Amino acid sequence: MIIAKRKPFEEIKEMLTPYNKVLTLGCGTCVAVCLAGGEKEVAVLNAELDMARKLDNNPIELGAFTVERQCDMEYLEVLDSMVGEYEALLSMACGAGVQFLAERYPEKPVFPAVDTTFIGVNRAVGWYEERCRSCSSCVLGMTGGICPVTMCAKGLFNGPCGGTNKGSCEIDKDQPCAWYLIYERLSLQGRLDSIKNISPAVEWQNQAPRTVIQPGYKKPDEAEAGN
Amino acid sequence: MKSGSNLEKVLEAGHFAFTGELGPPRGTSMEEVKKKASYLKGNVDAVNITDNQTAVVRMASWAACIMLIREGLEPNFQMVCRDRNRLAMQSDILGAYAHGIRNMLCLSGDHQKFGDHPNAKGVFDIDSIQLLGMVKRMRDEGRFLSGAEIEDPPRLFIGAASNPFAEPFEWRVHRLAKKIEAGADFIQTQCIYNMDKFREFMKRVVDMGLHEKCYILAGVTPMKSLGMARYMATQVPGMDVPDSLIQRLKGAGKGKVAEEGIKFALEQIEEFKEMEGVAGVHLMAIEWEHRVPEIAERASVLPRPEV
Repeated sequence: MIIAKRKPFEEIKEMLTPYNKVLTLGCGTCVAVCLAGGEKEVAVLNAELDMARKLDNNPIELGAFTVERQCDMEYLEVLDSMVGEYEALLSMACGAGVQFLAERYPEKPVFPAVDTTFIGVNRAVGWYEERCRSCSSCVLGMTGGICPVTMCAKGLFNGPCGGTNKGSCEIDKDQPCAWYLIYERLSLQGRLDSIKNISPAVEWQNQAPRTVIQPGYKKPDEAEAGN
Repeated sequence: MKSGSNLEKVLEAGHFAFTGELGPPRGTSMEEVKKKASYLKGNVDAVNITDNQTAVVRMASWAACIMLIREGLEPNFQMVCRDRNRLAMQSDILGAYAHGIRNMLCLSGDHQKFGDHPNAKGVFDIDSIQLLGMVKRMRDEGRFLSGAEIEDPPRLFIGAASNPFAEPFEWRVHRLAKKIEAGADFIQTQCIYNMDKFREFMKRVVDMGLHEKCYILAGVTPMKSLGMARYMATQVPGMDVPDSLIQRLKGAGKGKVAEEGIKFALEQIEEFKEMEGVAGVHLMAIEWEHRVPEIAERASVLPRPEV
C-alpha cells in the first residue's frame, strides 16, 4: 500500500494561515491503514489546528470528512455539496488523492497535510518499510523477490557493489545490502545462474506520467464516443 | 591495440604495470595537480584521476586529466554512475577522448550520503557493468547505447574495479567475470591488506581463466599511521584490514609506523610480481604522492618501460 506520514504541524499551520474556514478531508484507504490520514487522524489534526489558531487569536472553522478513496472520482462526488462553503481544502490523502481533489475543485485551494512516502509493507503496527518504486519494469523474478531498484541504495542491476559491508549497505549498518540478500536467496534456491548474466541498461518507463488501460477497457471519452 | 594507450602497451608487452592515483582539487587552482603530478611523472605508467571521490565535489575528472596530459603524464579517467545519466556519460566520453584521454575506469561510485551534498539525487541511470558495456559498444561497434552511429568512435582502454573483500566472497569472482564479459580490459582492485584472502581470490580467478581475459592490477595503499589503519579497518565499507597488520604497525613503535606501512606495501608488491594472474600494481598513495618516487624505487619498478 501507499505509505504517508503527516507533515510537521507548523508546516500545515503555515499553509492555512490566510484561511478561516477549511475542510479537512481524510482518505479511508492506504493512509488510513498506515495511520497517517484516516478519520481518526483528521480529528486529531483538526483539534490541534483549532487549539493553535485560538492561541494565535486567529480562530479557524474546521470541517471534517473522510471519503472512501480520494483517488476515485466516484467517491469524491459526495463532497460536491460540501466544499462550496469552505475557503480551502486540507487533504490527508496521498499525493494522488490530493491531485484528484484539486482537479475536481479547480477553484478551491487544496493543501496536502501528509507527505506521501513510499509503496511499502506493514512490518508491525505503525512500522512500515519501503518495497517498491513502481518502476514499470519488474525484475523480482530474476532477483529472488528482492527489489534492486528499491532496496539497493544505488539501484544497481548487477550488484553487489564493493561497498557491501558484512551484509550491510555502505550507507548504513542497519540497512541490509539488497544484493547480498539477493545472492543468499538465489543461492538457497539454487538459482544463482539467474544473476550471472549481465542485466542490460534499463529502458526506464517511469520518466514521464504513466497511464494504464487494462485489456478490454478504453479511455472514458473513447467509450462514450462508442469507439 | 584497442586504444594504443601507454598503459595498454605496457601490459600488452608483458611488463609488470605500475599505476598511480591523484585527486583533483576542491577549487580551480591547478598548482596542486601539477605538484602531485611531478612526484608521479616517470614513476608510474598511468595516473587514475578520481571522479568526485567519496561523493565530495571536486574539479571534473576529465578536466584534471587534460592538465595531466599537458604535464606529460597519461591519465586514467575515472567515471562514476552516481552523477551522470547515460547522455552526460557518453558526451563526456566523447570529449575526454577528443582531448587525448585513452584510459577509462568505470565505477559505481560512493553513495552521495557520504559526501558534501548528502541529499543530492543519485543518478545511477546505469550501473558500472552497464557502463563498461556502453564504453565497449562505443569503441568496438562505433555506436551509442541507443544504437545510433558515432562518427570517429572513442577508442578507450577500459578498466573496472574489483573488491575481492566485500561479501559475499564467493560471488566476487563471478562479478569480476561479469565485468570482463561486459567489456573490462583491465581491473584495478580495492586496497589489499588481507593477503590470505587475496591469494584465495586470485586462485579462483586463475581457476576460471579470468586472468587470461583481462589484466588485473593489485591495489596497494601504504598505511601512513595507526590511526589510518584503524579507520580503514572499522570505517571504510568493504575494506578488510586484518588485526595482524594493525598489531605489526603498532609494534613498529612511535615514529616508525609509516616506514613499517611502506615495508608491508613493498612486501606485497614483491609477492604480486610473482603471483599468477596479477599483471601489475595500482598504487593509491592517498595524499602521499610525494612518497611515490621512493616507494617505486624501493619496489624496484623503475625505470618504467618505454613502449
